[in-house]
Amino acid sequence: MLTFIAKRTLYSVPVVFVASFVLFWAVRATFDPLAKLRQSTDPEALDREIARLGLDRSIPEQYLLWLRSFVTGDWGTSTRTGTPVVDLIGQALWPTAQLAFWGLLVAIVISGLISVYSAVRQYSVGDHALTAAAYIGIAMPAFWFGLLLIQFLALWPKDVFDLDDPPLYFIGLHSIDQGGVVDYARHLVLPVATLVIAFVAAWSRFGRAAMLDALSSDYVRTARAKGVPRRQVIWRHAVRNSLAPFVTVVALDAAVMIGGLVVTEQIFAIPGMGRLFLQSLVAGDVFVLLPWMIVVAVAVVVCNLVADIGYALLDPRVRLR
Amino acid sequence: MTTTRTNGPAERAQPGLTRQLLKRFVHHRIALTSLIVLATLMMVCFAAAWIAPYPRGQQDLLTGPSNPSQMHWLGTDELGRDFLSEILYAGQISLAIGLAVAVLSTVVGTVLGAVAGYVGGWLGELIMRVTDLFLVVPAIALLAVILEGLGPSPVTIVLALAALGWTYMARVVRAEVLSLRERDFVHAARGIGASDTRIILSHLLPNLAGVIAVGTSLAVASAIIAESTLSFLGFGVQSPQSSWGTMLNQAAGYVGTSQVYLLYFPGLAILVTVLCVNFIGDGLRDALDPQRTNL
Repeated sequence: MLTFIAKRTLYSVPVVFVASFVLFWAVRATFDPLAKLRQSTDPEALDREIARLGLDRSIPEQYLLWLRSFVTGDWGTSTRTGTPVVDLIGQALWPTAQLAFWGLLVAIVISGLISVYSAVRQYSVGDHALTAAAYIGIAMPAFWFGLLLIQFLALWPKDVFDLDDPPLYFIGLHSIDQGGVVDYARHLVLPVATLVIAFVAAWSRFGRAAMLDALSSDYVRTARAKGVPRRQVIWRHAVRNSLAPFVTVVALDAAVMIGGLVVTEQIFAIPGMGRLFLQSLVAGDVFVLLPWMIVVAVAVVVCNLVADIGYALLDPRVRLR
Repeated sequence: MTTTRTNGPAERAQPGLTRQLLKRFVHHRIALTSLIVLATLMMVCFAAAWIAPYPRGQQDLLTGPSNPSQMHWLGTDELGRDFLSEILYAGQISLAIGLAVAVLSTVVGTVLGAVAGYVGGWLGELIMRVTDLFLVVPAIALLAVILEGLGPSPVTIVLALAALGWTYMARVVRAEVLSLRERDFVHAARGIGASDTRIILSHLLPNLAGVIAVGTSLAVASAIIAESTLSFLGFGVQSPQSSWGTMLNQAAGYVGTSQVYLLYFPGLAILVTVLCVNFIGDGLRDALDPQRTNL
C-alpha cells in the first residue's frame, strides 16, 4: 500500500510542473506584467522592472527564475493592492476552504443518500421525482439557481413576513457584529446550496447507476439467498462496493467544483479565492493570477491523489497495480 | 454483437439502418418531444427579425420597466425594451455559440481521440497527457483568462470553449476506439487487406456514432451553460450584443425588486434548451446503442 501511495505521489509531481510551465507561458503570452508601469513618467522604471523580472530572457529561463522565487515563497507583489501575493492568497484560502469543505460534505451525503434510495426503490414515485429533479439540476446554470435562492429564501420571506433580517443571509460568511454557530449557518446555507446543486444532481445519477449495478450482482444475490438481512445487504454489500466508482467521479469533479466556487463567491460576496481571481483578472494583476492557478492546480492534483488512494483502499482489486 | 453497422452485404438484407434508428428514436417519447420543443425554440429565435413583437433594442423610456402585459408579454426592462424580443435575439447568440462549440469540439475531439486510440504511440500519449492537463485547472478560470486576453466576442468565445471542450470527446472516442480495434470484425477486415482509411471510415466510424452523438449533445449543453456563466461573470458576450447569460448578468440587479421576473425568463430559456438537448442525447444513445437489439 505504501509503495502504491509513493508511486502515485511521484507521478503527480511532473503533472504539476508541466501544468505550471504551460500556465506560466499562457499567462505571459496574454498579459503584460508591465502594463501599469508603462504609464510611469520615470523612463528607467520600466528597464529596472524588466531586469528585476528577467523579462528580456527566453520564456523557459523566465519560468525557471519565476519558479525559483515561487518555491522560496517570494510570490511577488500585487499591482492591484500593493500587498504581497502570499498574504492575499493566504487570506483568501480560508473562506474558500470552509465553503469547499461544507460543499463537499453536503454534496456527498445528499447525493449518496439519494443514490441508495433511488436504487433500492427503483421506479418508485420518489425515484421518478428525484430523477426529474436531477435532470433540472444538471440543466440549470448554478448562478441562476443562486440568484433564485436569494430571491425566494432571503428577500421574499423578509418582505412578506416583515422581518428585520432575511432568514438566510446572502453576503459574506458571517455578520460583522455577531458570531456564533447560528449566524454562521444562516450565512452558509445559500452559498453551499448554490455550489452543490449541479454536483448533487450529477453524482446522484451516477451513484444510482453504481448502486443498481451492485444490487443486481451475484454477491448480493448470494447474500440474499443466505438470508442476510435486507438492511445489511444494502449497506454492507451493495453500498460498500459502489463506493469506489463513486469516489472517482467525485474526485474528477474537483476542478469543476473550484470553478463553481468562483461563481458562488462572486454571487455571495465571499472574500475567497474565487473573488480574488476575478478581481485580479479584471485588474490585469498577473502577479496574483499565476500563483493562484498553481495553488489551485496543486489542490486539484492532491484531490485526485487522495481519490486514487481512496479507490485503492475501497477496492482491493487495484491495490497491487 | 451486431456487425450490421458495417457496409457488409448483411446490412442490405435488413430494412434500412437509418430507418431502424429513426424508429427507435421516435419511440423515445421524451427525446422526440424535446426535439420538437428545441426545433421550435430555434426557429422562433432565428426568425426573430420577422416574428419578434418589437425591433431589436428598441427603447421606450416613457414605459420604463413594466410588468408583463398584453402589449409586452414578458414585460420590459429599465430602458423599456420588450423583454420577449430581447430574449429571442439573445437566443440567437446563445444557441449559435452552443452549436458552433459542439461542432468544433466534436470534430477536433473525434479526430484526435481516434488518432490517440488507433495510432497510439508517442502521439497518442501526447494527446492524452494534454487532456490530463485540462483536468487540473478549472475551466471557468482558464476561459476567463483566455477571453480577457483575446477580448470577448462571440467568435473568441466559441474558439475558447472549443479549445477546452474537445478533451472530453477525445477521451471518450479514444476509449471506444481502443476497444473496437480489437474486435473480430476489425481483425477480419484487416485480414482481407482493408486499408487503415477504410477500417476507420467504414468500420470504426459507424460504431462510434453513438458516443459521438451523445458527446455532441453533451457539448451543446455544457457550452450553453459555460457561455451563460462567463457572460454572467462579465467575460462573455458584451453589450450591445447579448446572450441569455448577458441578460441574466443585467437581471441580477433586479433581485429583491418588483422587476425580479426579468431574472426568470432568460434562465428558463437556458433551462429548457439544455433539458431538451440532454433528453435528445439520451434518445440518441438509446437509439444508437449497438447492444440494443429489441426495437
